[in-house]
Amino acid sequence: MARKVTARRVWVSTAAAWLFGFLIFLPILWMVLTSFKTELEAFSMPPKFLFFHWTTENYATVQERSDYLHHALNSIIIAGGSTLIAMIIAIPAAWSMAFAPTKRTKDVLLWMLSTKMMPSVGVLVPIYLIFRDFGLLDTRAGLVMILCLGNLPIVIWMLFTYFKEIPKDILEAARMDGATIGRELVYVLTPMAVPGLASTLLLNFILAWNEAFWTLNLSTLEAAPLTTFIASYSSPEGLFWAKLSAASTLAIAPIIILGWFTQRQLVRGLTFGAVK
Amino acid sequence: MGQITLQGVRKSFGPVNIIKDANLEIEDGSFVVFVGPSGCGKTTLLRLIAGLEDVTGGQILIDGKNVVDVPPAKRGLSMVFQSYALYPHMSVRGNIAFGLKMAGLPRPDIDRKVEAAAATLNLTPYLDRKPRELSGGQRQRVAIGRAIVREPKAFLFDEPLSNLDAALRVQMRLEVTKLQKQLATTAIYVTHDQVEAMTMADKIVVLNAGRIEQFGSPLELYERPANLFVAGFIGSPKMNFVSGEAAGEPDVATLGVRPEHLRVGREGEGWSGTVSVAEHLGSDTFLYVDAGKLGLLTARCIGEFSLKAGDRVWLSPDPARLHRFDNDGAVIRK
Repeated sequence: MARKVTARRVWVSTAAAWLFGFLIFLPILWMVLTSFKTELEAFSMPPKFLFFHWTTENYATVQERSDYLHHALNSIIIAGGSTLIAMIIAIPAAWSMAFAPTKRTKDVLLWMLSTKMMPSVGVLVPIYLIFRDFGLLDTRAGLVMILCLGNLPIVIWMLFTYFKEIPKDILEAARMDGATIGRELVYVLTPMAVPGLASTLLLNFILAWNEAFWTLNLSTLEAAPLTTFIASYSSPEGLFWAKLSAASTLAIAPIIILGWFTQRQLVRGLTFGAVK
Repeated sequence: MGQITLQGVRKSFGPVNIIKDANLEIEDGSFVVFVGPSGCGKTTLLRLIAGLEDVTGGQILIDGKNVVDVPPAKRGLSMVFQSYALYPHMSVRGNIAFGLKMAGLPRPDIDRKVEAAAATLNLTPYLDRKPRELSGGQRQRVAIGRAIVREPKAFLFDEPLSNLDAALRVQMRLEVTKLQKQLATTAIYVTHDQVEAMTMADKIVVLNAGRIEQFGSPLELYERPANLFVAGFIGSPKMNFVSGEAAGEPDVATLGVRPEHLRVGREGEGWSGTVSVAEHLGSDTFLYVDAGKLGLLTARCIGEFSLKAGDRVWLSPDPARLHRFDNDGAVIRK
């Protein structure tokens, strides 16, 4: 039975939604505001919300002390590279699990996901030693590899669920039409799965961009992405809140812009398959 | 050419035997319909021929060549699916052209063939539309267009009309039959609808529980069913079965007579009973008669027959059109 929607009800729920949205956004807003304060004002009590001495000197200091662009480029290469390689491996893997399942497919899927349940720190020492022996420490290639492998289970799971939604008949029709498995993937499956592929790509790019555990432990300077760049502002000499905020704002800006322009794809990706 | 032979074909999924020893000889250019109740294995048999499923045993020969190890793409067959299975991201033109593109035909040839197929199926105005912009009947036509454009050795149809409404189904049924005759290409058509089977087929294969019960022309199946299953499955309304003993033929296990072969009289001879329901269709009258120990019998009379529930009637079967079956359900021929 449909309930009557009164004007008051609309008003109350709109206000509640805005309030909730604001609460979620508050930490990011606070960070951006802090990045424009002086170090002194950054932790003044009571906190100053808008009425403080606005300054951009933190950004200047940050750019001076460390090369933002160098780290940003590393972030793009590491996040982009690991996502692309993961997609190339995951598409055929998800295809075979979705369209040619065997008795153990479910077990394999679960096993893959279970590797994500292990705390990364548990394998830090062996991975560190392997990286050291193979000369991969502080290299982009090493980080691409570890992030790619780390995200692969999620990429395969996501693609698997998208592929499951595609009617098997259509792939069989392509096979009857003379398409080999490779052409079936390229001409039929991939174009039909574009929304799913796009959202998987985006989500994994964001995950890789924000990944801090491996990047902090396996890189120092050469290959260091933005996560390492932020962390360098929490130093033994103390916390520089304003500078840390400026660095963080710079680090998340690209991904926020990317997320803003692709929000439709992202939302569709996250709810895909929930409603027919 | 498109001669298809099945020799001892078996298929099982795990411990379940879906197809048990199928042997069949399909002549080039003929229209063969696989018919049977749901779950009888008719679609599986079609998919085995297509190569979308692997056989567990036996051979499938296309023009004399065993194809069990040949992938579907290389068997030279084309298939029309129940769900149409059009490529949603391609236009009608793209859908029809896909097979030719995969075969690596030059562009001008592809265009010419696609135009010709579209003209045959009245699809020319829709060539640049996407499948979602078409009606059910038009989508079905695109699926057929995709099948004919490749000039295959045989067409495989998997219940292609079951998603259409009744009127369109009759129309498409005629069109498919006409098209097949015109192209003279072998066609295998799967349906659970015995009217479709009777009207379209040159030869019908009746399947039941993974076994081929009978293979023959529609009239052969109607007039000389090989066993109880075929006798009961082919024909509408269903054939009446009475026990031999009750009908006065103790050496026969079951006696079968079709509703249209029962003469109905208000008095006289034969089996007596009372009308429980009378259905007046105008062209025909169906009478459901309670005939005591013989059970409930159906009789079909041509034209209007003014009888109503509760009336007493006598039914006399046409002696030349009685079917007699033994204890195993096999027909007894005299």
